[in-house]
Amino acid sequence: MTGLALNCSINKKSLFDRKHYFYADLPAGYQITQQRLPVAVNGSLSYSLCVGGKKNQMVTRTVRIKQIQLEQDSGKSLHDDTRSQTLIDLNRAGIGLMEVVMEPDMSSGEEAAAAVRELQLVLQTLGSSQAIMAEGQLRVDANVSVHHLGEALGVRTEVKNINSARFLARAIDYEIQRQIKELENGGTVINETRAFDYKLGCTIPMRDKEGKQDYRFMPEPNLPPLILYDTKSLPANMNHQQVVNIDWIRERLPDLPSVRRVKLVEQYGILPEHSFTLLNEDGLMEFFENVVRQTQMNPKKVIGWILNDMLGYLKQHNLTVQESPVSSLFLADLLNLLERGTISSSAAKQVLEELWKAEGKTPLQIVKEKKLELIQDQQELDQICQAVVEGHQEEVMEIKKGNLKVLNKLIGLVQRTTRGRADPVLVKQILEKRLSQ
Amino acid sequence: MLRVSLREISAALKEGRVSPTELCQRCLSFIKATKFLNAYITVAEETALKQAEESEERYRRGQILGDLDGIPVAVKDNFSTAGIETTCASNMLKGYIPPYNATVVKKLLDQGAVLLGKTNLDEFAMGSGSTDGIFGPVRNPWSYSKQYREKSVQNSHTENEDSNWLVTGGSSGGSAAAVSSFTCFAALGSDTGGSTRNPAAHCGVVGLKPTYGLISRHGLIPLVNSMDVAGILTRCVDDAAIVLGVLAGHDPKDSTTVQDPFKPFELTSFIDASKLCIGIPKEYHAPGLSSETVALWSKAADLFENAGAKVIEVSLPHTRYSIICYHVLCTAEVASNMARFDGLEYGHRSSMDKSTEVMYAATRREGFNDVVRGRILSGNYFLLKQNYETYFVKAQKVRRLIANDFVNVFRSGIDVLLTPTTLSDTIPYVEFIKEDNRTRSAQDDIFTQAANMAGLPAITVPTALSEKGLPIGLQFIGRAFQEQQLLTVAKWFEKQVEFPMIQLHGLMDHGHTVCQHQKSAFFS
Repeated sequence: MTGLALNCSINKKSLFDRKHYFYADLPAGYQITQQRLPVAVNGSLSYSLCVGGKKNQMVTRTVRIKQIQLEQDSGKSLHDDTRSQTLIDLNRAGIGLMEVVMEPDMSSGEEAAAAVRELQLVLQTLGSSQAIMAEGQLRVDANVSVHHLGEALGVRTEVKNINSARFLARAIDYEIQRQIKELENGGTVINETRAFDYKLGCTIPMRDKEGKQDYRFMPEPNLPPLILYDTKSLPANMNHQQVVNIDWIRERLPDLPSVRRVKLVEQYGILPEHSFTLLNEDGLMEFFENVVRQTQMNPKKVIGWILNDMLGYLKQHNLTVQESPVSSLFLADLLNLLERGTISSSAAKQVLEELWKAEGKTPLQIVKEKKLELIQDQQELDQICQAVVEGHQEEVMEIKKGNLKVLNKLIGLVQRTTRGRADPVLVKQILEKRLSQ
Repeated sequence: MLRVSLREISAALKEGRVSPTELCQRCLSFIKATKFLNAYITVAEETALKQAEESEERYRRGQILGDLDGIPVAVKDNFSTAGIETTCASNMLKGYIPPYNATVVKKLLDQGAVLLGKTNLDEFAMGSGSTDGIFGPVRNPWSYSKQYREKSVQNSHTENEDSNWLVTGGSSGGSAAAVSSFTCFAALGSDTGGSTRNPAAHCGVVGLKPTYGLISRHGLIPLVNSMDVAGILTRCVDDAAIVLGVLAGHDPKDSTTVQDPFKPFELTSFIDASKLCIGIPKEYHAPGLSSETVALWSKAADLFENAGAKVIEVSLPHTRYSIICYHVLCTAEVASNMARFDGLEYGHRSSMDKSTEVMYAATRREGFNDVVRGRILSGNYFLLKQNYETYFVKAQKVRRLIANDFVNVFRSGIDVLLTPTTLSDTIPYVEFIKEDNRTRSAQDDIFTQAANMAGLPAITVPTALSEKGLPIGLQFIGRAFQEQQLLTVAKWFEKQVEFPMIQLHGLMDHGHTVCQHQKSAFFS
């Protein structure tokens, strides 16, 4: 599945090998991997990132996927320096892993982080993995080298111990700078393994557990070649539960993130950057679509409420979309009130404040309780405007001089007096009429 | 009563002429009486008696599990047996008690077999004498047979006849000795280069190496994954067929077992020899082959011819490369398979723990004998990046050629090949140890290891006694997965040659005398 999603050629026959080395977390003394012939090769992954000075320009980049291979996990070592001992946890030793190897097509920490985030989304969409780095479901090692333009790639170092996409970017950028400085000072870059220290924000050489080793690769004698089929090559009498049919899987691939984003933009008229945010946040796209379905408000306007107000609040309080105290139904109701002209947008924001408290009241109930309906009585509005004009003669003078921006201040004052219950458009009209008299 | 075949004792149990517990107790006491043979490393007395009692209960209720219910068996000590120490005759695994049963062990137990104990072997099944394990060498029961003793008196043997006991061959010597000396009715061995067939021939019993992929290797502590098979040792061909019927079949825990369903078969006593075509590989006239064995081989060929079969000389041209090729591939896989013994998780752990590396090195030095260490070093050499193409890949290609030799021969109409199993009858221990393990293995595996390289089934059938009064066996090699045909031919042959039963009278008395001398024999 992952191979197909990453545009790889699937090797219908792939082989398993033993990679031998001695280490406490490797109970067999070898790791079963696919060195000679992995299951998928030559793919690509497209990702987007924001460039430009203001980071407001979205560009698409591609990184080539060299191969995807199946292999075994090792155990976990925990070093207890105080007691000079090493603790080995073998629970995950032997479990199957999928390793995705990328070509060195990226040139900054940011690109790598964006690529990894896209890969996470792809894996989550497919169901191959939840790919949460902090929980070790996705482990990323970065291979970094520097070179002058036009020259061959430099010596690379491998950076491990990276727990998030953000740290990945930092580790890579640090390492790039470190290597450049090293070379500019006349030194050399050693082909070594380094660990990222997230507290210090730098990379340090690891106690090289492998070094320059001969892994004595040997075909794994207990695992016959892995044979995958497609509809053409599938033998007639084969029990279809015993085989993997590539075509069958390809037909059932879900929409990948890139496709879903395009569909969102097309369907709702939102900006591409918006589609990224919608997909990056687990559950946000569904929330957005639920709101759109239940409101008359244009999706282009809804998106603002989702990305600014909703998401902002959730982030502030460290909540997931699923944990949101405001349901899509309530938000839709609120937006409908706004759309119908029952309340102003600043009143809507006040209602939303109340909704966050999750006291079970509907938006309409809150509006009635706090008396936030727009003032429909023209005369009442007129009187309030009059009072404001009379109370702020200085500002009136400014406006009459031609400084029209000051008008907004007066509108704002009216809003304050009415606690947001005045239609700003109407208020503006009234004020203008008065001032021109 | 212990001397009958598996089939006969099974009938006796079903007819109530003997009970499982009685049978078990008899075998256990006979094991004690033959302790000087050193065939068993561990005797699982308690569990065996318990299994026998459960079997008895089943017989009482008329709900037996099959032909093996209540039958005492033994298993080579490189098969994992849950709750019973499994050592591979090595310091590395001394005291190791597996938490699970090998699939073949489970299959035997599921059929109600009574597991008497674990038999002795060369350390990690490396060797052709069963002399290089930490529990000492196994003695060939024929050393104490009337047939041998009579002949050896003629050869004016010295006073201390006890020091001249004979080796069993190996590496499944313990299993062969156990079956040969009537302490059990069937035993499991392993066969990587002949380790089941070699001792079977030297101990005068039937040794079957099934086709690779027919029987599960799950739980068989691996030596060479691409050649190892579980071997079956019994007193007659029929018994081997019964055990094969229980053990064969796909195992999801072993991806190298074939998926095709296996149908157990019963052997007919009659064959139509006129439809049979026997092949005699001319390259198997090897130097060192005793004249007796050659003569016997020739007589056997005549036997088939006189019965109307076609007996043709065939050629397996790559035979002479076989032993070298085997050595390269065997040591390479051994080096890989032994990597797991690091002392961390199970088995012996050295007390030298300055660092992980030091502990590993010390553990492996202390845990393995020279033979094992030698093979590991060779194997690692062959697997080095710079040597891989020259040795390993080349050897695999030669292996393909060797396998093709057999394919071509079988395709030309040959049903079964007839060859010697060993160069000669067995020799005294003091003679055997004059050459080292590697030399002996290279010499003794010569007729047997090609079948492992090609994955083919092969069986050794005791044919006749030598001039010294010792067993000589001949080998039949069959087509892949054609065990029925192979065993049918073997059974017919067995009936024709009427190999004599070993006469171990006075073994009890002898047991006492030997015990006194035992120490000197062991440590000489």
